[in-house]
Amino acid sequence: MSPSTDPGRPEPDATTLAPPRDARPVSDRGETVCVIGAGASGLTAVKNLREHGFGVDCYERETGVGGAWNWRHDRSPVYASTHLISSRPFTQFPDFPMPDDWPDYPHHSQVLTYFERYADHFDLRQHIWFGTEVIRVEPVDGDRWDVTTRSTGGYGPERTSRYAAVVVANGHNWSPKLPRYEGLEEFRGEIMHASSYKDPAQLRGKRVLVVGAGNTGCDIAVEAAQQASHCWHSTRRGYWYAPKYVLGRPADQVNDTLLALRVPLRVRQWLYHWTLRLTVGDLTRFGLPKPDHRVYETHPIANSQLVYHVGHGQITPVPDVARFHAKAVELTDGREIDPELVVFATGYLPRFEFLDPRVLGADGSGRPRLWLNALVPGHPTLAVAGLVQPDSGVFTLSHWQTVLFARLLALRVRRPERAAAFAQRVTAGAGERYSGKVKDSSRHWFEVGHADYLRAIQRAMHELEEK
Amino acid sequence: MRGREWARPVRPARREVLSALPEVEQGRPPLLFVPGFGHGAWAFAEHWLGHVAGRGFPAYALSLRGHGGSEPAPEATLRAYTHDVTQVAAGLPRQAVLVGHGAGALVVRHALARYPARAAVLVAPVLGDWATLGTALRRNPGGTLPAFVGAGLRLSRRQLFSRELPDADARRYAARLGRAGRRAQWQLLTHRDPEPAVGDPPVLVLGSPDDRVVPPAALTRAARLHGGAPLLFPGMGHDLMLDVRWREPIDAILDWLEKEHPPA
Repeated sequence: MSPSTDPGRPEPDATTLAPPRDARPVSDRGETVCVIGAGASGLTAVKNLREHGFGVDCYERETGVGGAWNWRHDRSPVYASTHLISSRPFTQFPDFPMPDDWPDYPHHSQVLTYFERYADHFDLRQHIWFGTEVIRVEPVDGDRWDVTTRSTGGYGPERTSRYAAVVVANGHNWSPKLPRYEGLEEFRGEIMHASSYKDPAQLRGKRVLVVGAGNTGCDIAVEAAQQASHCWHSTRRGYWYAPKYVLGRPADQVNDTLLALRVPLRVRQWLYHWTLRLTVGDLTRFGLPKPDHRVYETHPIANSQLVYHVGHGQITPVPDVARFHAKAVELTDGREIDPELVVFATGYLPRFEFLDPRVLGADGSGRPRLWLNALVPGHPTLAVAGLVQPDSGVFTLSHWQTVLFARLLALRVRRPERAAAFAQRVTAGAGERYSGKVKDSSRHWFEVGHADYLRAIQRAMHELEEK
Repeated sequence: MRGREWARPVRPARREVLSALPEVEQGRPPLLFVPGFGHGAWAFAEHWLGHVAGRGFPAYALSLRGHGGSEPAPEATLRAYTHDVTQVAAGLPRQAVLVGHGAGALVVRHALARYPARAAVLVAPVLGDWATLGTALRRNPGGTLPAFVGAGLRLSRRQLFSRELPDADARRYAARLGRAGRRAQWQLLTHRDPEPAVGDPPVLVLGSPDDRVVPPAALTRAARLHGGAPLLFPGMGHDLMLDVRWREPIDAILDWLEKEHPPA
């Protein structure tokens, strides 16, 4: 399914589940594990499961690895100038370092090269079925799974295989979350979601309104500042714009120095506020709203250039959109602006269209209920990898999630009674959070503090391996 | 959690990597040779790299920072050396077998916790125990004692090579020896035990009972750490890759690898 760019279009029905099992033959893959997706999380799942001795079939709907980071993929959200916002040590897999002569914040094309090298280095491609999408995953007796696949795009016959376990690694940054505004249908200007933004040429010479203050929204606003004839940046709230460098070093490395020294949150917040006061100063002077929260309480925005361009008058900060008219956009403060292009950088929602929502314990809003954002209560042989939004890179976290899952699967064979006890722990811990106080919006569903989260994984591994 | 490592990444350094590749790619795992303190990639380029390539395995050797043709690094630590090994290993086209010689074997043991090697070989490993230090002090006090006050650890020709090696060759090799960073030298004794190896790779330990740097008991201890017994080559010196009978140990390593990883 291509990402939708139609504003306001209802999400397609997620219940594509088949009626009760028909007479189709099911090929039994024995103790093989199925991995869905060959992006960052899928690749590390394949590698770690292989390392623990499991056979693996990985299904990838595209024809190459890299998932979101492969700009050729139609679900990829990256655009020409995308760079990492976490520095190298925080981003790379812990057992496969990025080259140390790469920049602190590599470009997306380097990240893709990294995944391709990872796949070749560990000889993973032989386990991946490219151009194959998963259309159904159904639990069957004995904690096993029937996985139905077909060629991407719906061609060819369906094939069902039975697996001992499944790792869902289909990414969560590809199904656009589109806001609904009054009058949006009447608007005569151009509208797009950030997922369709690929190149600054799309902004050139236009009056652009960027909606959303996530990292993508801020990056696109900065690009619009340089390319568009004017840029408005609409944010609902005030945010802290963290510089990518502090004291001449990547800001996350400086922050982790404090974390490693176990400096309490309050002191870190005070230091952070103090640093921002010294460098950026009072944001309201630039017309930006005052943040209504302390730093570390929302997902960090790493952008050194937004305030700079606001200061140059190339970005006009504006409040939330109230409604759309045919040729204008009305803001909540009563002002009207006349953009030619509106870019909704309003984020993404997770979609598991091949899985009955009840399996992941999703509530009405579609939010899965998991332990460690990965393990599924009641389904000890199912895991979700990479469903985290950390204040660092995702790849390290996916690596440890899949190592934990591989060890859990190995334990089911070696010590089934211990694995059963662990399953109870999964149920008890479902829904736990691994970050400080965060706002309750879908933007922060998967928010985790990387240090808290990794410690929680480490504890889980110790629990698993206790004698 | 590796917060400290993330907060203070190792400074990049230019590294020398020498290689010899088989004429026909046979799908065999590459070998990455890690020289011990004072040695550079040249020590393996002398005989082993070409021989390994001749038997169908891609062969690479690196010089740790501050050694051989790599960038000078007088303040290098064991962590920086480990970083050099994982960087080069991850840069190889396929999952590598790490082969560490002397103190390079200790670096390899640390690297195994940061890189899932296909297998590892520890050749005459200097793992920094007190017995090895005692042997070094007894056999070569003049070269060992100054290391306590920050000077370079100097190994004599008699410690490194057997008497079979022609004197001219021994002199030539000894003249090429450099020295490790002062801090790294100290860490031979003060380092923490390496974290467990990632992916549980098979490990082979080999050496010589006549090695005048590593006593046989230390070889046995090193092999026991990995659940085996050492493979011994009597009559050879510490630098097995440069000695006259250099072919025997490398053939044993390759035979073992062929058994562990038969060609597809």
